[in-house]
Amino acid sequence: MSADIKNKDQNDGETRRDFMQLLAAAFGGVGGAVALLPMINSLNPAKDTLALATVEVDLSDVGVGQSKTVMWRGKPIFIRHRTEEEIKEAEAVDVATLTDKESDDERVKRKEWLVVIGVCTHLGCIPQGQKPSDNHGDYNGWFCSCHGSQYDTAGRIRKGPAPKNLYVPPYKFISDTKIKIG
Amino acid sequence: MVSGSREKFDNPVVEWVDSRLPVFTILQKEYGVFPTPKNFNYLWNFGAIAMIMLMVMILTGIILAMHYTADTKLAFDSVDRITRDVNGGWLLRNIHMNGASFFFIAVYIHIFRGMYYGSYKRPRELLWILGVVIFLLMMATAFIGYVLPWGQMSLWGATVITNLFSAIPFIGDSIVTLLWGGFAVDNPTLTRFFALHYLLPFVILAVVFLHVWALHVTGSNNPLGIDVKGPQDTLPFNPYYTYKDLFGVIVFFIIYSVFIFYMPDALGHPDNYIPANPLVTPPHIVPEWYFLPFYAILRAVTFNINIYMLVGLVLLAVFMVEFIWRHKPRYLGKGSGGVLLLVGGGLTLFGLICDANQGWEIPLTAAKEAPISAKLGGVLAMFGSIALLFILPWLDNHPIRSARFRPLFRVFVILFTLSVVILGYAGSQPADKVYWSTCFGEAQACKQLADGHSEIPHGDKPTKEPTVLKFDNTMLAQIFTGFYFFFFLIILPLLSRFEKGRDLPISIHQAVMDKHKKAGV
Repeated sequence: MSADIKNKDQNDGETRRDFMQLLAAAFGGVGGAVALLPMINSLNPAKDTLALATVEVDLSDVGVGQSKTVMWRGKPIFIRHRTEEEIKEAEAVDVATLTDKESDDERVKRKEWLVVIGVCTHLGCIPQGQKPSDNHGDYNGWFCSCHGSQYDTAGRIRKGPAPKNLYVPPYKFISDTKIKIG
Repeated sequence: MVSGSREKFDNPVVEWVDSRLPVFTILQKEYGVFPTPKNFNYLWNFGAIAMIMLMVMILTGIILAMHYTADTKLAFDSVDRITRDVNGGWLLRNIHMNGASFFFIAVYIHIFRGMYYGSYKRPRELLWILGVVIFLLMMATAFIGYVLPWGQMSLWGATVITNLFSAIPFIGDSIVTLLWGGFAVDNPTLTRFFALHYLLPFVILAVVFLHVWALHVTGSNNPLGIDVKGPQDTLPFNPYYTYKDLFGVIVFFIIYSVFIFYMPDALGHPDNYIPANPLVTPPHIVPEWYFLPFYAILRAVTFNINIYMLVGLVLLAVFMVEFIWRHKPRYLGKGSGGVLLLVGGGLTLFGLICDANQGWEIPLTAAKEAPISAKLGGVLAMFGSIALLFILPWLDNHPIRSARFRPLFRVFVILFTLSVVILGYAGSQPADKVYWSTCFGEAQACKQLADGHSEIPHGDKPTKEPTVLKFDNTMLAQIFTGFYFFFFLIILPLLSRFEKGRDLPISIHQAVMDKHKKAGV
């Protein structure tokens, strides 16, 4: 093929070869970019990491007013056996005044058990409040010492920079004293 | 790289190599006879010092990597083993971990010198930008390196900083999972951080090469900020500046050695000698000292940017571009300036007040509906504060470079430097630390507040809640963050337009001779 096959429609000096070169360059560029995808994807959680996605927790040893911390996907899960008072306190709150509007009912499967991911929704610190001697903040729940976020007895954000309530992980009761998280 | 004629070397081996690959010619040209302004002060040492520090870090780092194990179960112990058992390991580790601090000291002074003497101005804009790229790469490398010992600060520093990316709308959480390679900072994070910590210094080295290359195209700036006019203004780099730099390096190394040998942990945190524990966060997380000003800026944004504020800020930005940056407004009439300023400022203030008083429930001001949350706002401010450095050459386009001949710029650039130091202090303190406070109201209620109840107990609620006026660490950070941005965006462009400046000397040579005459030499 000659190098100067003229594009018949236009007289702008562009040849068919220019077009083919652009096409080849674009093809190579897109191909190169796509070839990067598996490399980037390999940095996503591996299968064995994902396989740790469920844990079963025995609740029989957690008395009223006590807490338990278990690990799920490398994060602590706060399980709290709430007292009557704590439940009342959580239910008494006017939902409209909250930063992240959720009622207590929406956050628990059984009233006496609160199960939340114990990671502050601000920048990922672990709030204090699992031990009776910890600082529970002004709302009798959890207090994050990193940037001062305070959570109530339903794990809802009440004060401080965190934008969301403590997340509730997917879980279900497999018996009265056992839950499965994940 | 060297074209044209080449002078022959006497040594036959050197000549044999040089005629095939002219490395000796290049060395001679760029570091031997290279014409360098003859009026450098000691601030000009810090480029060379930074270069030496990079080499120290790479050398000690490679050897440390031979003894280190990147695994969450082994990393902490392997660092302990380096300190206790590896021959001279304590020394290598102390050199490396304090080296990071001293590398930053050198680079911060180097950046200050560039700002004070206007080294970022035409024709050295690209040289400056490459420098900012090096600075960013250094920050990434230092942050990742601090994670490797896998102590408490390593883990939680990494958690807080990587979580910043979750502020990005929609894709933030996926990005964080991708960074971690899991659902928390864990083994996959550590191994990739180690790989990157080994890679990035060599990327820095490559950009440093470009930085020096660009420097050798334009030539060095100098304390007078005026161009070199001829050979009488310069000295050959060797021996004049090779030895001056060597002297500076020795003094710098003496101070560095004091830290290495007598106070190796003075710049670190004791918490990092506790093995990382994903179940317990240290009560007070602080980044390394060289990140503190930026950490303070990150934490200064405690308010959500709702739609009113966003519109207000956009209007203010239009005002800034049209009436402050441009010498003559391009798109708008003269009269619209006042309107923009008033409406923009008013909306911003209104939005800010509404955000602070969520109870008013004014439409579109709910924290949840804000297009930019406080978290995202903080991240944008932090990255913005560094991004401003990239466009500095265009924000300040005053024809005079050196602050010596710009009395107003000199005052403001020193105030700016002070404000960065104060921001650093603010970053090191807890966000709610109160510097000054006063309480109006019932004495008993005030006392209760002072005892540490931020909420009054329900039982004995006083008839009137006391009003507390206070000045806390967040406000300190906000004031100086404000000044940081004001300096770049408003003060510099205004000074470029209106500052008159002093008369410049005729030439470097002339200025040097005059100085000597005055001193009676």
